[in-house]
Amino acid sequence: MSILIYADTSNGALTKNAFEAVNYGAQLAQKTGDVAVAVVTGSASGLEELGKYGVNKVIHVADAGLDNFDPQKVTHVINEVANAQGAKTIIFSHDYAGKSVAPRLAAKLDAGLVTGAVAIPNTDGGFVVKKAVFSGKAFANVEISSDVKIISVLPNSIEKQIGEGSASVENMSVDVPSTGLTVKEVRKESTELSLTEADIVVSAGRGLKGPENWGMIEELAHELGAATACSRPVADIGWRPHHEHVGQTGIAIRPNLYFAIGISGAIQHLAGVNGSKVIVVINTDAEAPFFKAADYGIVGDAFEVVPKLIEAVKKLKAS
Amino acid sequence: MKILVCISKAPDTTAKIAFTDGNTKFDENGVQFIVNPYDEWYALVRGLELKEANGGTVTVLNVGGAENDPVIRKALAIGADDAVRIDASTTDALSVAKQIAAYAKEQSYDMILCGKETIDYNGSQVAGMVAELMNLPYVSLATKLDVNGSTATIERDVEGGVEVVEVSGAFVLSAAKGMAEARIPNMRGIMAARTKPLAVVPAIETSAKTSIKSFELPPAKSACKLVDAANVEELVNLLHNEAKAI
Repeated sequence: MSILIYADTSNGALTKNAFEAVNYGAQLAQKTGDVAVAVVTGSASGLEELGKYGVNKVIHVADAGLDNFDPQKVTHVINEVANAQGAKTIIFSHDYAGKSVAPRLAAKLDAGLVTGAVAIPNTDGGFVVKKAVFSGKAFANVEISSDVKIISVLPNSIEKQIGEGSASVENMSVDVPSTGLTVKEVRKESTELSLTEADIVVSAGRGLKGPENWGMIEELAHELGAATACSRPVADIGWRPHHEHVGQTGIAIRPNLYFAIGISGAIQHLAGVNGSKVIVVINTDAEAPFFKAADYGIVGDAFEVVPKLIEAVKKLKAS
Repeated sequence: MKILVCISKAPDTTAKIAFTDGNTKFDENGVQFIVNPYDEWYALVRGLELKEANGGTVTVLNVGGAENDPVIRKALAIGADDAVRIDASTTDALSVAKQIAAYAKEQSYDMILCGKETIDYNGSQVAGMVAELMNLPYVSLATKLDVNGSTATIERDVEGGVEVVEVSGAFVLSAAKGMAEARIPNMRGIMAARTKPLAVVPAIETSAKTSIKSFELPPAKSACKLVDAANVEELVNLLHNEAKAI
């Protein structure tokens, strides 16, 4: 049998989440003795690269009608490819594309779906997938009992095993249905790093006192190659755009390193960032709850600490 | 304009997360339940705004037992015209989606609005499943929704940007932050909610494809290592040499 992995692209290039999902599927295939196959939709290049992440074969459905993302079309295509490949397990990333397509496909195939998986399934006498629940405050072990099983992988949650080799790319044509949806425009903020894909995130809150003080946050982020984020109050009062709001009711992120500057650490904010590998908190208030969730902390004034931090990072990079 | 808003019951955002029965059940002891914030703040409020601008009705729908009625009344207090509760015990997302789709298919809604996920199981599944079961377009993680006649213009979040899509005819949408501003129910709304219709409809037969075997809490975080504010370079050294994060 085979395990089919949907590898998402952005502007024709594979995304970081795609590599991770493919590697997740490959690791599962190794465990179960299945064959891992990746599928890519729309115009894309560099697909051979997926060989390093554990698949020998990539099915490319390059129909230009798939260049603009329409979950209804992609669901149809993946279903066709899954049938052709005899796939019983289908893997997505739990990213923007996966969240749109995986539920549709599950309904189409009457299949059990676990979204936001954080580990390779336990297949000892069943098929149990560990996923984050309660906004990262707990995990659930969920059994899938249907014949076809669908999983979406929480970004930045598995250790990637990278090898050698190049995948062979097979073209497949699928009739793409027409739908009632038309993509009019895609506005990519090309200068900014995607918040959900960033390895490092620099986030700031009300402690910054006003939107005019974000220059040093952006400079620190720039020096670290990081994305910028903010707390809910700051987005609500309009100091920063809504899409930067991380937390339980904004977006949840899991970077390797998260800087929280002038954020007290309300439970709702922590829920959006508690999957971060390393958390650094800078706050004037030593009693701020965020310090309890932090790995490293500085009790001090952001306006004094951050400029020094920028200098120290510059110095490290120069050394 | 006939709008359906699907609402879920969720534990309050400040609820303590604990489990009982050998870590197989969420401990509801002392937990206050609310309308799932994404459903209420973004999907419901935008539905109400559209109704106020264009006329029509907003119906809220919940799948669950009678214990959900207080939460449904809250959605009525915010301004929904009427409510439907499908009397099913909820098992997994696909079962819930089948209940919603079976009901909605008979009602010819112009749009079905959901929140992007619930804050308890974080599934992000039901809306997309409903769309597939009803063979409708699905726009996930939408941050803006405008309607002009039978065409809707929707902005949705994508990796590192925003996508603008146009949908003709009925559709299903999941709402994310930015779609609308949360409303607080006023006294008049709360009084009116008591007498607004709440129809209870029987469930259809479904079978669950997934089941939760157990819960676990994340391992406790070790103590925070504090660095003196006068010694910022030390923090950078620790992040570089010890945490290997930069």
